[in-house]
Amino acid sequence: MERKELIRLEHVSKAFDGQTVLDDLNLVIHENEFVTLLGPSGCGKTTTLRIIGGFEKPDSGRVILDGRDITSLAPNKRPLNTVFQKYALFTHMDVAENIAFGLKIAGRDKAFIEDKIHYALKLVNLEGLEHRSVSSLSGGQQQRVAIARAIVNEPRILLLDEPLGALDLKLRQDMQYELIRLKNELGITFIYVTHDQEEALTMSDAIVVMNQGYIQQIGSPEDIYNEPENAFVADFIGDSNIIDGTMIRDRLVRILGQEFPCVDTGFGTEQPVDIVIRPEDVELTAAGEADGGLTGEVTDVIFKGVHYEMCVMAGGFEWLVHSTRMFGEGTRVRIGVDPFNIQIMNKPASEDEEAVSENDQIR
Amino acid sequence: MIRSDKVRALFAAPYLSWAVIFIVVPLLMVFWYGFTDGAGRLSLANIAIITRPEYLKSLGLSMALSLVSTLLCLLIAYPLCLILTEKKTGRAAVIVLLFILPMWMNTLLRTMAWQTILEKTGILNTILRFLHLPSIYIINKPQAIVIGMVYNFLPYMVLPLYNALAKIDDSVIHAAHDLGADRRQTFLRVVLPLSVPGIVSGVTMVFIPALTTFVISQMLGGNKILLIGNIIEQEFTQAYDWNLGSGLSIILMIFIILNMVIEAALDRAPEK
Repeated sequence: MERKELIRLEHVSKAFDGQTVLDDLNLVIHENEFVTLLGPSGCGKTTTLRIIGGFEKPDSGRVILDGRDITSLAPNKRPLNTVFQKYALFTHMDVAENIAFGLKIAGRDKAFIEDKIHYALKLVNLEGLEHRSVSSLSGGQQQRVAIARAIVNEPRILLLDEPLGALDLKLRQDMQYELIRLKNELGITFIYVTHDQEEALTMSDAIVVMNQGYIQQIGSPEDIYNEPENAFVADFIGDSNIIDGTMIRDRLVRILGQEFPCVDTGFGTEQPVDIVIRPEDVELTAAGEADGGLTGEVTDVIFKGVHYEMCVMAGGFEWLVHSTRMFGEGTRVRIGVDPFNIQIMNKPASEDEEAVSENDQIR
Repeated sequence: MIRSDKVRALFAAPYLSWAVIFIVVPLLMVFWYGFTDGAGRLSLANIAIITRPEYLKSLGLSMALSLVSTLLCLLIAYPLCLILTEKKTGRAAVIVLLFILPMWMNTLLRTMAWQTILEKTGILNTILRFLHLPSIYIINKPQAIVIGMVYNFLPYMVLPLYNALAKIDDSVIHAAHDLGADRRQTFLRVVLPLSVPGIVSGVTMVFIPALTTFVISQMLGGNKILLIGNIIEQEFTQAYDWNLGSGLSIILMIFIILNMVIEAALDRAPEK
């Protein structure tokens, strides 16, 4: 299927009080995509959303929607709607009046508005609450009203600014599925901002991982998880073991003094690299069962339900390991990794990309 | 529990006796004097006297001037508060302080200042004459009283209004823009309705002192304009007719209570 470009950010930069928040950001979002801007607080994701919504003007660069430059277009002239973090409902109006707000401004007739309110409330499962005051609703219900209020205007793009942040875990999970369903039913583009990597992996067609005003990686949830482009992405998405290593030559890497075969090529010879190994990709066997590899001692075991989470001290590095097979504390084990599961990344070229050390232990 | 109740009662005693001595007893006295004649017989004459033209005229003028002053205060304060809430907080606090600052001075003193400004040969006319412009004679006229009221009571309008407007979250205004509303529509449909509680308390806080004042009307109205406050004051301090003064006070009280009831109803209406 041909993907049609919908909105494009070109060389967008933004600084607040001399502090750079976005630095030469380029981003293309296609029609009917669920795109998530993901990153730690202060990474520029919300500023990006606000620039798309028109609430901030970039210092330089352009925003192009459907081939039209909308950089200086006021928010009320843009065919986009936003679901705000704190809902931002109109407390002096009831549910139906909140939803009708945009349609009344647009001068739609009464019957049309009635139909739309009914349709939107059905869509977000709030039928029968038309005339309730919004302050009497629960957080989840208020969020649904905020979504209904935005989508009745049939926006080209729905912007969502951490809309589930204030909800409890169970409700958040339910709402994630609801949002996916809504996106499929409405067939409009969703741009979603969150710092929650699980939320991003669950809902998105494409994830834009951001840090310190830069895009670190754009890709499908699978790409981002399985093929992180740098140590920051690897560390931010899921748990990982990030280790300093040396690429000896193509398809052979030295990790903690031990040589491991891998599948990567083109890094040169004797090059320092970052190695990422997901905890579930570390294979433990009792020491002595096989030759070679790294040996170490289990220092900690926690039962997590689906798997055991173990810490293994080996080669001077504390490995995080997820395995269904349990090795007790103090057991000598051997660490093995399938060549395919060793992810090799160039060391960050500039300080701007060097984010892992500063944001160590995000999870 | 009994013990703590007793302790509580002990702590409440000073406030209770204060309220009884300075609020309940004077009120009862006002009612006693208001509903009796000079000889101590029950009578409605002090109340009924309001129907006499000179008193009705005073009451009407009081109402009219208070209403105009309240409206002017609202018209001055609202744009000011809108500007204040859009500014950065540090700066807004300074400007609010500038408006509150005059409140630290005595009302009498501030009103006297206006006397000096508005006099026939006062500051205003001196400046006008210097600029070869025609003089303005508003001292001892209702206009002067309105100026005095607006000047004295403006802070009471600014404060609650500023608080109400400052409470409106930016994201709500952004949401209105986001849904297609321009600045005018956002103001009329979102900001104005959300500021109604502030308007109501501001109006109450200006209208009531304006309705009852006798100082401002005395100093800026000469002795030519008698507001209901002046008449009541004269009955007590010059005519020594406490019965009549109390009767008129009761009438004024009824109007104030009516005003508060209407405003309370207005305040509740938009919330549903």
